[in-house]
Amino acid sequence: MEIQKTAMAGTLESSDAQITVEPADSGIQLSIESSVMNQYGRQIKKTAEEKLRELGITKGKVKVVDKGALDCTLKARIEAAVFRSCGVSQKNIPWGGVVR
Amino acid sequence: MINAVGRNIPDELLQDGREVYQGKYYMDGKCFKKAGPQVRRCEKPTENKLCTTIREACEKCGAHDGMTVSFHHALRNGDYVTSMVMEVLIEEMGLKDLTVATTSLGSAQDLLADYIEQGKIIGIQSSGVRGRIGEAISAGKLRTPAIIRSHGGRPRAIEMGELHIDIAFTAASTSDYCGNAKGTGGKNNCGAMGYAVADSHYADHVVVVTDTLADYPNIPAPIDCIDVDCVVVVDEIGDPSKIGTKEARMTEDPRDLMMAENCAKVIAATPYFKDGFSFQTGVGGPSLAVNRFLESYMVERNIKMGFALGGMSGNICALQDKGLVGKLLDTQDFDMVTIQHLADHPDKHFEISTSEYASAANKGAYVNHLDFVVLAALEIDTKFNVNVLTGSDGVLRGAPGGHPDTAEGSKVCIIVTPLVRGRMATVCKDVVTVTTPGDTVDVLVTDYGIAVNPLRQDLIECLNKADIPHVSIESLQEKAYSLVGTPDDLEWENKVIAVLEARDGTILDVIRKIKPLVLE
Repeated sequence: MEIQKTAMAGTLESSDAQITVEPADSGIQLSIESSVMNQYGRQIKKTAEEKLRELGITKGKVKVVDKGALDCTLKARIEAAVFRSCGVSQKNIPWGGVVR
Repeated sequence: MINAVGRNIPDELLQDGREVYQGKYYMDGKCFKKAGPQVRRCEKPTENKLCTTIREACEKCGAHDGMTVSFHHALRNGDYVTSMVMEVLIEEMGLKDLTVATTSLGSAQDLLADYIEQGKIIGIQSSGVRGRIGEAISAGKLRTPAIIRSHGGRPRAIEMGELHIDIAFTAASTSDYCGNAKGTGGKNNCGAMGYAVADSHYADHVVVVTDTLADYPNIPAPIDCIDVDCVVVVDEIGDPSKIGTKEARMTEDPRDLMMAENCAKVIAATPYFKDGFSFQTGVGGPSLAVNRFLESYMVERNIKMGFALGGMSGNICALQDKGLVGKLLDTQDFDMVTIQHLADHPDKHFEISTSEYASAANKGAYVNHLDFVVLAALEIDTKFNVNVLTGSDGVLRGAPGGHPDTAEGSKVCIIVTPLVRGRMATVCKDVVTVTTPGDTVDVLVTDYGIAVNPLRQDLIECLNKADIPHVSIESLQEKAYSLVGTPDDLEWENKVIAVLEARDGTILDVIRKIKPLVLE
């Protein structure tokens, strides 16, 4: 998949995360803010990188503003933001593919 | 040196006979000589203590650079007096190198964070440190490490001369011109003033700050005119809407209610639940809700509570009004209902000082006669150590309050807390800061199960007999980590930003400056 336009998913409520994705010419620029940075910053980074790899994203700007979301929430929000950015969020969600 | 709860205390803090924490009851039976304040004699009958401004009172009391001033927090988030006085001392009088020794700090005193950053306030001694002040201290902005004490530890330190107060500023809802001062009968009432009593007895100078001048003699009063140097009348001592909520809210959260019900079940399963028992709860949602469930057990078994202790709220007053509680021994009031109740029922609702309440260095504090205490926690680890001071991110944002005092004094200490809060595992492998040692904590009630401290085999038997299921605390911790993931260890710099005293005055833990995680 490819990030084609700017898209967002998630909220800034406690236990959620807000993800913003933007197209970029090359590489992935990942930025992370988190209310639980000191204890979970590395894990959030790892989860985000893995999810982007699963989705086949190789370039784009990805911003994570985390408010203590669990890993499952984080993954779902990243998926939703990416799908919205390439227009597959209304239909054609790859159920059973990269979304399990 | 490693102390009895496994914390490494830097040797440079162990000077002048300071010791690390050695375990509970270590100081029992030891003797000491109480400290004594300087007293200015008021022999002349015409003596008038009224001052027109705070500055005039400060000058009369010899305010100077490097002194220690004290305040109490009965006005809680509605307090104007602490900021008002510090502004006079620093902005008007240009004083510096001040140490502020309060009973607690909250958002009402945010101004002090500016003075800490400017280097005007160099020391803080408190129970609670929250909000901007907590952040400033955590960032290492104080010249000397903050000293954190429990509500019982503070009067102990004052009585033993470890905390010497030059001027105590005591906000009071009413006072007469001579300084008989209390928390009722005025326009902004705070109720019980238990926090302020030790300061009035041991400070060199005592300034009462009130907004309602009462007829002489304004008695009975917790602050006695024989201890008071000056009385200042200001427009408002605080914002009554923030002094207390209308009534400490009873939770409707089904999770809180389930935990509260389980706490009551545990209490009712022990042999200490009998006529005349004594009880204290914190004011957190689930702790407070225990009152509701306990009531039905009391009625069912025809048992009355002998006394309730500590901070009071409307529902314990209501329980007393139903005839189910003998006496209320009140250190502070959390809502307006309770403040009014204190004023209306002098025969059964009593104000007590924090030394009477919880000091480990007098001849018998009330906490030592407490059967049950139900308390909250920010974190509890598999050794039952509790943290109520630092967030899981290592920043100061809480208060030991009466937690360690009541835990050690009571026969059964129950901690009630959800297993996780957001992504924070409340039940964890090692708490960030030990505020209450694990061997004083007996039962943990969470939304995923109950655990009993293995040191209390007697309680385990009680629960088994009552068919109350319980699990090991390790299994609760594992469950928590399976939900939120295993947290990384926090990383610290060497600099100690706060010293946490055990209630007996030894060093229980230190808080170092946090090294924030920066992702590359």
